[in-house]
Amino acid sequence: MKQHEFEALHQELWRQIDSALENPARADNTALLAEHYLSLCRQLAIAKERMYDAALVERLNNRSLGLYRELYRYRAETRLNFYAFLRRDFPLAIFRHRFFILIALVAMILPGLVAGTWTYFDDEAIYSVLDGSQVRHMERIYDPEARKIGREREADTDLFMFGFYIKNNISVAFRCFAGGLLLGIGTLLVLFFNGMFMGSIAGHLTRLDFVDTFYPFVIGHGAFELTAIVFSGAAGLRLGYAIINPGHSSRLDSLRQAGREVVPMLYGIVVMLTIAAFLEAFWSSSSSLPIAFKYSVGAILWILVLLYSFSGRRHESR
Amino acid sequence: MLDTAYRVEIPGGIHLEAQVVGPIPRIFAFTIDLVIRGIILAALSIASIPLGLDGVGGGFFLILLFVIEWLYPVLFELLARGQTPGKKLLGIAVVNDDLSPVTLGSSLVRNLLRTVDFLPFFYLAGVVTMLSNRHFQRLGDLAAGTLVISIAKSAQAASLEDVPPLAPATQLSRSEQTAIVEFLQRSAHLSQPRQQELATILEGITHQAGEDGVERLRRHGAWYLGMR
Repeated sequence: MKQHEFEALHQELWRQIDSALENPARADNTALLAEHYLSLCRQLAIAKERMYDAALVERLNNRSLGLYRELYRYRAETRLNFYAFLRRDFPLAIFRHRFFILIALVAMILPGLVAGTWTYFDDEAIYSVLDGSQVRHMERIYDPEARKIGREREADTDLFMFGFYIKNNISVAFRCFAGGLLLGIGTLLVLFFNGMFMGSIAGHLTRLDFVDTFYPFVIGHGAFELTAIVFSGAAGLRLGYAIINPGHSSRLDSLRQAGREVVPMLYGIVVMLTIAAFLEAFWSSSSSLPIAFKYSVGAILWILVLLYSFSGRRHESR
Repeated sequence: MLDTAYRVEIPGGIHLEAQVVGPIPRIFAFTIDLVIRGIILAALSIASIPLGLDGVGGGFFLILLFVIEWLYPVLFELLARGQTPGKKLLGIAVVNDDLSPVTLGSSLVRNLLRTVDFLPFFYLAGVVTMLSNRHFQRLGDLAAGTLVISIAKSAQAASLEDVPPLAPATQLSRSEQTAIVEFLQRSAHLSQPRQQELATILEGITHQAGEDGVERLRRHGAWYLGMR
């Protein structure tokens, strides 16, 4: 068949496909699109085989590509099964990242402990980590005399702080993850500095005997926040390790594989940090609740988070 | 070979081809998006003033700031077929490396890793990486297994109604026939002198040179296309 005849034969179908591609919203008939797509693939193969001219092949190729992207778009819209994710996918991802979690944990806790011990025994030490105004601000907000722990504020500023924690904490977690691409070094630095800041603040406030304001404040949301930061570190280290030790695949394939595997961790981190921001803004800051109650709830939250984090093993197939 | 064609076998049993897009259009698209983000932010900050900047309005603003900073590209890539407004203006789109539409996971990974592509300043790492691999992928693309392709509209076929077909005197091979057909299809985009220059090379087939040669070649092309 000559090209001209071929074009005349399929002109009508191509016109239909083009108009369907221009108004994808109206082209809701997926079965019809799929049929068109198969015919089009066949025509493209024929056009190439018969060496029809390049412009026609290109038009057929672009049309097929358009239909392909339209048909497979439904995969992108596949709804995340949130329940199955929380029940299985996230704990399983945590289990599979266990070694990286351990490293991230050490990378954050060790500088924290060292800095904390130092600021606890040395009054001046805190000034090596924070500047004077930051120290004064911190001492003021955790002063047991303060009306509301965390900061002096009204109820609707809780909402402000919720936004603040969302923006701040999730950004830190995302950066911590992204730093993994620098052979893991970026991630380790973020973990190191966060550990050091938190440790030195805790040490300093303990030294000042602000124990009853500081610890009840941090214990509740800390269960989610600290764990999530460690998880984001683990996801980052997974990327870095994939580049450093690709095993039997190429570095690029290994990185791509890691890029796929960390995805459930990223979803989970966002969920955990949203919970943490909510707790930090609306629960932790409340000063009307008895301290013992806040400790108990905090301890229960920690136990729940830890139990959850260790629940992934049974989902691992072997 | 230096070629922007990216070929992949898709379900349907054929190879599809797409053109990957280099740094320049992507930087333009990014800049347009940056302006759009700026406008959205400005509008939002004005809208949140009546709610109280250190109260509900401020909290609302900070959450949206977070969403626009980190999730603006993710949302558009998922909901608008791989295209942020900037990409749409430039006719480019993000796809998975099998040319299928980008998924939530890969979009999230490529956009979070943007932070590293930005280092040490103004996307230097991203641009250097793009220029040092075959498919112009930045670091985030490499980890997520995504690429940016051009989805510009293909040119319409030239109208050939006024070319009376004519059988050539010589038997030509398939690839030679294709070459002549393509000469016909593309002649609208070539200057007259260039057309004549090309036609003169084929004087042995057409037995005509210059303008007459061009006319002959076009008529042979029409004949090979199967026009009657």
